[in-house]
Amino acid sequence: MRMIATINGEKIAFEAEAHEMLLDVLRREGYKGVKRGCNTGDCGACAIIIDGVVVNSCIVFAASVQGKEIITIEGIGTPDDPHPLQTAFDEEGAIQCGFCTPASIITAYALLKRNPNPTEEEIRDALSGNLCRCGTYTKQINAIQRVAKQGGD
Amino acid sequence: MAGIFPGATSNETAITADANDHGFKVVGKRTRKVDGLGLATGKALFVDDWPVERPLVGRILTSPLAHARIKSIDTSAAEKLPGVACVLTHKDVPRTPHTTAGQGYPEPSPYDTYVLDTKVRFVGDRVAFVAAETAEIAQKALKLIKVVYEELPAILDHETAMDEGQPVIHDEEDASGIPDASRNMAAEVGIEVGDVENGLKAADKVFEGTWRTHYAQHTPIEPHISMAYIDENNRIIIVTATQVPFHVRRIVGMIFDIPLKRIRVIKPRIGGGFGTKQEMLLEDVVVALTLKTGRPVKVEYSRKEEFISSRTRHPMTVKLRAGVKKDGTITAIDMYALSNTGAYGSHALTVLSNTGSKTLPLYKCENVRFKGHAVYTNMPVGGAYRGYGATQGYFALESLIDEMAEWCGKDPLEFRQMNHIEEGGTSPIFKKLGEGREGMEQNVESSSLPECIEQGAAAIGWAAKRAAGKQGVKKRGVGMCILMQGSGIAGIDMGAAALKMNEDGSFNLFIGATDIGTGSDTILAQLAAERLGVELEDIQVLSSDTDLTPFDVGAYASSTTYISGGAVVKCADKMRGKILEVAGDMLGEDPQTLDIVDKKVVSPSGKSLTLGEVGLHAWFYAEDKKQLVAGASHVSMTSPPPFTAHFAEVEVDTETGKVEVVDYAAATDCGTPLNPNLAEGQVEGCIMNGLSFALTEEYVFSSKGAMLNPNFFDYKIWTTVDQPPLKIILCPTYEPTGPCGAKSVGEIGINGPMPAIANAIYNACGIRLYETPFTPDRVLAALKAKAEEE
Repeated sequence: MRMIATINGEKIAFEAEAHEMLLDVLRREGYKGVKRGCNTGDCGACAIIIDGVVVNSCIVFAASVQGKEIITIEGIGTPDDPHPLQTAFDEEGAIQCGFCTPASIITAYALLKRNPNPTEEEIRDALSGNLCRCGTYTKQINAIQRVAKQGGD
Repeated sequence: MAGIFPGATSNETAITADANDHGFKVVGKRTRKVDGLGLATGKALFVDDWPVERPLVGRILTSPLAHARIKSIDTSAAEKLPGVACVLTHKDVPRTPHTTAGQGYPEPSPYDTYVLDTKVRFVGDRVAFVAAETAEIAQKALKLIKVVYEELPAILDHETAMDEGQPVIHDEEDASGIPDASRNMAAEVGIEVGDVENGLKAADKVFEGTWRTHYAQHTPIEPHISMAYIDENNRIIIVTATQVPFHVRRIVGMIFDIPLKRIRVIKPRIGGGFGTKQEMLLEDVVVALTLKTGRPVKVEYSRKEEFISSRTRHPMTVKLRAGVKKDGTITAIDMYALSNTGAYGSHALTVLSNTGSKTLPLYKCENVRFKGHAVYTNMPVGGAYRGYGATQGYFALESLIDEMAEWCGKDPLEFRQMNHIEEGGTSPIFKKLGEGREGMEQNVESSSLPECIEQGAAAIGWAAKRAAGKQGVKKRGVGMCILMQGSGIAGIDMGAAALKMNEDGSFNLFIGATDIGTGSDTILAQLAAERLGVELEDIQVLSSDTDLTPFDVGAYASSTTYISGGAVVKCADKMRGKILEVAGDMLGEDPQTLDIVDKKVVSPSGKSLTLGEVGLHAWFYAEDKKQLVAGASHVSMTSPPPFTAHFAEVEVDTETGKVEVVDYAAATDCGTPLNPNLAEGQVEGCIMNGLSFALTEEYVFSSKGAMLNPNFFDYKIWTTVDQPPLKIILCPTYEPTGPCGAKSVGEIGINGPMPAIANAIYNACGIRLYETPFTPDRVLAALKAKAEEE
């Protein structure tokens, strides 16, 4: 079926089969920053934002996003013009292998949008669905706190 | 030093000495990662992101049985399915005995593995491969393959594997390197220094115990994934999530009898390894399917397949006997380890060796014995896993040391201070026991272990918490342990580097070393920048491509910082010499008198040249025009141990048996932390993995040997909300044999949580746990047994 959704501020038309998951479609459409770690909604590596809410795109049917607003990691910054969270993650040492990083940053981005001054506990709660096996949680939290202190985005 | 973390309530890091002591400008700094922004913006390419035209999707049919012979396979229905490109069984692939272990050649692991075989040896073992246009078609095709099995009796308990009358798991005739296949013995180790029996006789008290560790897995968030295609020159290109690109090239070449020059292995960004990608695990599958179809083929494990079919930490039974005198002198240590290598012997011998070799030198003792066997079972396959055998050994050793300290009436901390190896000291074990063979004699040239113990104790509040009373249902306690590891394999591991200078004074650094998320591209660039007098941004890193970079053994054995770093320093120093020669010509001065400072060649006469001017001159203006290039290799005859002291505070709910870690501190000597951000990250990552290994991660099996919880919902690795407060301290030393004074830091920390928590549980409620993980049922059973005893 033919779908239209707003992805990273642009209206995008794409084809999706009824059984296809959003993760597969997004990756096919070139949003390769959205990662696959489990396909069962447990690891959070495929997290994106749909209408302001962080979801695991591996358990969302592509057919369900008609007309919705989607934000992926590609939508918040580029190497030339990184989002403060992307810079802070890098500078604070919050990136090891970097496979879970785009989704962790997306989660933090959504958190700061709805809560510009989160407590450490609120940050931990928000990130609790993003597994990082490199285990570099402390530095992720430092990075998010730093951006919050600077006034978010 | 109680003031390192004044009033700290959450996670903190500290460095207790200034890495600038040595005047470093790039090394020792918290620089950004050279690949950081690419990763943070989602631009960095992992294997699944690699651009290739319409790859086929490969899938693997796996065994539902723990041990069986394949009587017949009928693939005709699968082959007829539209969209299926090919189906491969054991009849279609070369039968080359090999090991999947990515190790130096000849590998110390048995050649007991086949691309596809007529026998399956564990639930999850390979039966057939399919390549199809889509994942859905490939999945359907798997279901259409008809396999008739003859089920064989299976071994599901490694403690019975060598018993008489057990089935022989490797009864094939063409396997090699198995010490005793008829007894399912995959590896055997035995060494002794001094006289252990006499040492035990001289003791005032002999301790004895058996410790058992469980099946667990690395679970990198990116599962194993490989892709292969044939390029326009008929060469086979393998893009793969590997820690060992050069070993992969060699093993694949051997299996398919393809000349190495026809194979190129590329490692892009890797989503974590922790040892599990120190294997040739999917590369042979994609090569077999690509050779058959001529098309690009990609194979990725699902999370379930990753759990069931890839690699695990070898479960072990460790028996320890040790003698101590009343004054606290250790008179003998006798360790026996029985390791479960599962269906194949990948890393069986070397992991087993390290259970002894990385633990026993830690304590001064004249009489030490280490014996061990690795045995085959019809269970998931063990492999390299961060800690590499030391993890299992330290649980036993550091638990027993705690028991000894108590009997001697000494604080566990003080008992360890009395007995641990010191700077300038040595251990006969270093020579007697290496990795799968004899080791190398060495002295400990650098150690801040005494400081680590002090700092860690201060950070956790050891003295006060140790003395606190234990009342109520929820009892708190503190425990600690000390650890050492190595830095590469002495005399075996080799890394190489090459540098090329550009006309703008920047450099390309080519390294075989494999960054799997550890940050090695960054720290190796820092080392090059430091020695060349330039900034980190002036070094462009290209790593891990068998066509484009020099050799390196790969990312394992805590070797990259120390070994590959050594190669980079040598290489940069050669390049520096070449630059100064050209500059000497340009300035008409003796190169020996020149120096490079802040991207400029400076002379005592006050003259200076930018590196860009030197580069341009070499390329375009000099009579003797040249490309400045340098190359160097490095191998070390020693493997300097990093040291650490770990402290855990736990709260044990004596009604439910739940153990909660309420505070944790680790103080680590990794020599010079080349990049403190990354060194702390290694320590934190090790601790997080070690904590969940000790408390929540566990394979659950059916009575037929099938893993029942192959997903992240039922196999619990920790997240931000599970993390206790962590206090991570670096206590730098300067290792004279290391690059800019550095030693390893990647593995050591994972060995700490299990013994530190076990000892803390004892301090809290008086029970010693000998089986892992420390789940509520085990804690409650031990509490009940203790109550009955009393």
